[in-house]
Amino acid sequence: MTGTIARLTRAATIFFAVLAVAPARAADISVKIANFTFDPPQITVKTGTTVVWSNDDDIPHTVTSTTQAFKSAALDTNDKFSFTFTTPGSYQYFCSLHPHMTGTIVVEGTTGSITPP
Amino acid sequence: MTPHDDEDRGPSRRKVLECMTWAGTGVLWTVAGGVPASLGIIDEAIGAEQKGFTFLQISDSHIGFNKEENPNAPGTLQEAIDRVKALPGNPAFMIHTGDISHLSKPAQFDDAEKIISQARLDVHYVPGEHDLVDPEAGKLYRERYGRDTKGAGWYSFDANGVHFTGLVNVVNLKAGGLGNLGAEQLEWLEDDLKGRSASQPIVVFAHIPLWTVYPQWGWGTDDGAKALGYLKRFGSVTVLNGHIHQVMQKVEGNVTFHTARSTAFPQPVPGTAPSPGPMKVPADQLEKMLGIASVTFKQNEQRLAIIDTPLKS
Repeated sequence: MTGTIARLTRAATIFFAVLAVAPARAADISVKIANFTFDPPQITVKTGTTVVWSNDDDIPHTVTSTTQAFKSAALDTNDKFSFTFTTPGSYQYFCSLHPHMTGTIVVEGTTGSITPP
Repeated sequence: MTPHDDEDRGPSRRKVLECMTWAGTGVLWTVAGGVPASLGIIDEAIGAEQKGFTFLQISDSHIGFNKEENPNAPGTLQEAIDRVKALPGNPAFMIHTGDISHLSKPAQFDDAEKIISQARLDVHYVPGEHDLVDPEAGKLYRERYGRDTKGAGWYSFDANGVHFTGLVNVVNLKAGGLGNLGAEQLEWLEDDLKGRSASQPIVVFAHIPLWTVYPQWGWGTDDGAKALGYLKRFGSVTVLNGHIHQVMQKVEGNVTFHTARSTAFPQPVPGTAPSPGPMKVPADQLEKMLGIASVTFKQNEQRLAIIDTPLKS
């Protein structure tokens, strides 16, 4: 009986220990669109992160990937666009209405690599 | 028919042609019924011929825009059209250099049409980037304004001896780039201009400036120089653009460049603000920074006369 309890306790300890080091769910990251710029212009996130762009300008903008990975509708003032990045890599994007506005999202895998598997 | 027979019947064809070349000395000959007759001095003769004509340029009406810089874009467009109707003389037609709507919504195009049609003039449109953001990337614009146009909406027409070319430089824009005409449209333009007499006046109109105004704000066209190259041989070229919501003019050789005011909101002068967006001004200043333009072509004058009129002086 003592052996079983000891085994169970050990198993439980190991179980909770594993839970403790498992990665927490990534919080949303915000990018502000203001004065015809993406702010911040470059960010690094982990896979599974949702990036939320929000337009603060008095003019519409879009969030358009240069590789067709994602594309928002025209965002008017206070409109938002979200995209969840599941694959590591470096994602360049721009505003298709005002193409001189550019930004980059760098997505790292859990190992810290940005190379897609 | 032998030459000496022609001589017997009066001036030969060669003689008449020789007389025609004397037009440069102030005498204009014309031929009626095979008999040359002098029309007197050049000025009178030209006065009797085709007079000049005037057309209008409006731009950037942005129907659907309603922020503090101008909560009433339809109202200021209405003022612009009221001004058009009050102009002396009869403008031949209007050119709209794009951003008719603010977000390509059907109701916005409808409202713009309701107001602009009150001028009772033909209107020749080219799209701005705000006119092509419907879910099908320009289908709405082309349904309304794209009849007899090619590609994204380019076309040409002739009026009173002047050749007009409407270009689209707001499609397939690349990250970090400026306006873009693209290979297909440039090929069409080169072909469209081929064989035209260098003395035919050409008017080119497009939304984004075809010349480099301020690249930091995207105010220019990446392959605009190629288009201007095709126009180099013509004696009179006028380039009409919008997009920057202020008047800018430049003359380079035979080419006159002109950008028009918006009828919706002003934008800052390059470099005087952090970004090119709508510029807030005191309420009594707004209509001084919005307006229309008239463009007059006079026979035998190389440059078209462009007059910018604000909604309020």
